[in-house]
Amino acid sequence: MKLNELNIAEACEGLRGKKFSAVELTKAYLDRIDQTDEKIKSFITVTKDLAIEQAEDADKKIKSGDVDNNPLLGIPCSVKDVINTKGVSTTAASNILKNYIPAYDATLISRLKKDGMVMLGKVNCDAFAHGASTENSDFFTSHNPWDLDRVPGGSSGGSASSVSADQCLYSIGTDTGGSIRQPASFCNLVGLKPTYGRISRYGLISMTSSTDCPSIVAKRVNDVAIVLNKIAGKDERDSTSSENKVDNYQEFLKDENIKGMKIGIPQEYFVEGLNVEIKKAVENAVAKFESLGAEIVQMSLPHTKYAVPTYYIITPSEISSNLARFDGIRFGYSAINDDSVEAKNLSEIYCKSKGKGFGSEAKRRIMLGTYALSSGYYDAYYLKAQKVRALIKKDFDEAFEKVDVIITPTAPSVAFKIGEHSKSPLEMYMEDIFLSAVSLAGLPCVSVPCGFAKPSDGKNEIPIGMQIIGKYFDEKNILRLASVYEKNTDWHNIKPEFK
Amino acid sequence: MADDIKISIEEVEHIAELARIELSVKEVEKFAGELSDVLGYIEQLKEADTKGVKLVSQVTGLVNVLRDDVVNSSDEDTRNTMIDNFPDKDGEYIKVKQVM
Repeated sequence: MKLNELNIAEACEGLRGKKFSAVELTKAYLDRIDQTDEKIKSFITVTKDLAIEQAEDADKKIKSGDVDNNPLLGIPCSVKDVINTKGVSTTAASNILKNYIPAYDATLISRLKKDGMVMLGKVNCDAFAHGASTENSDFFTSHNPWDLDRVPGGSSGGSASSVSADQCLYSIGTDTGGSIRQPASFCNLVGLKPTYGRISRYGLISMTSSTDCPSIVAKRVNDVAIVLNKIAGKDERDSTSSENKVDNYQEFLKDENIKGMKIGIPQEYFVEGLNVEIKKAVENAVAKFESLGAEIVQMSLPHTKYAVPTYYIITPSEISSNLARFDGIRFGYSAINDDSVEAKNLSEIYCKSKGKGFGSEAKRRIMLGTYALSSGYYDAYYLKAQKVRALIKKDFDEAFEKVDVIITPTAPSVAFKIGEHSKSPLEMYMEDIFLSAVSLAGLPCVSVPCGFAKPSDGKNEIPIGMQIIGKYFDEKNILRLASVYEKNTDWHNIKPEFK
Repeated sequence: MADDIKISIEEVEHIAELARIELSVKEVEKFAGELSDVLGYIEQLKEADTKGVKLVSQVTGLVNVLRDDVVNSSDEDTRNTMIDNFPDKDGEYIKVKQVM
């Protein structure tokens, strides 16, 4: 048994059955990181000592039998570097926060700590989560274990590459406009963006506060269900977190009967520009569901084409406000400590700290957002976008009166080559074409492996993902459907050749 | 591209000033082009009929989440880490340059 190829349920069983200790398990992953991360480049910070310490604590608990309802006890994970971890460098993959040490844990981290998490380190992403490939990281680009010349997706690319390369069992990322779903699909993993407000945002480095969702990527649907159970739920410190009851997601996965379940297929997601092999793979998956008794409903989400332009008004607008806090006064890079910069007064400290501290994409979004919110343009851009957003939400609300879930491809193409889209920001924004609408509406969505395709410019077959969109707070049913698919297919068992 | 939008150098400089961000001459030129492209693409929103559409301020339907206005103190460690993060300080106080 290879310790780094286990899923959470298997690792949990091994720990309880004393087949191996949490320290042994943790060391196996730390060794794997040592051996592979020079090529994959998932990690910004490896927290080796902390991980061993947490694993030792877990072993003590396991030894004393204090393991009640704690399936994550002693299970090694990675955490996207936009999530605050007390005393552990949290950079948002940005130069401006390169030396930032948070004074507190994000709520989801304190919940996981209570459950005995083992954190192996903090993983790479596009700086401030602005991007779809990790190429906007101010430090380095992560690589896709399926083809090292390709991106792992983004922004939670390091989360996906770390799970895919067997460097950890699961990773906590974020999804603001597709940032967990797209990398999951590029790396043959399960990626869940829960309903907006299902998991507390407290302690996230905010990007787009109205769509930011802490999210989970893992190798199996059941693993995602386990983690969601532990971190979901109301948090006093995030007023937008929901009071809605947290379901026992794992229990729901046991029900494999999907007879009569209504699956909507929106025509707008199967248009020209969609890779034919992806189209075929998703159609095959839909046929599989039909053969298992689900009812397939052809339908329309008419405002789909407005999702990306709406997203690229609302997102930069919120970013321009959220990123204003990095002004060189309270934390992060400041021109005041930079001998190469001369700043005479407070205003110059602001301007020069941001000018030197932020990378291109952060600046671009701050500029775009400031423009959209500026006097004279607010109505034409921001207000208009908010109205279209209401229409996009209405499309889904009406659709969910007729269907239980909606299935679409996760991305219009498979993982692209590093550098392929980096010349034009607009080209990169188009990566979000199937992802943004769900984020704007705040719905839960899971991306699952559903096939492979050989890109015209590549030598390897690389993964395809489909997304299953659910009603508000109906994570249980999208995970259940994803689990049924997993049990009836083999895609998730195929691993990259990367050693 | 839907329509041609042209953002001028002066407009970029004005936006940068509003955002309190210093840009190099090269960046100003680059952003003039890129912002024009992105805004040109976004123009297609104009054709969406939004007459009478009500704004949705919170997608999951939450309204006015209130809490008691009480200050909770933090522990020494948290406090010290925050102070350690100050780029410039005088004892436990943040120090800033003169405003004017």
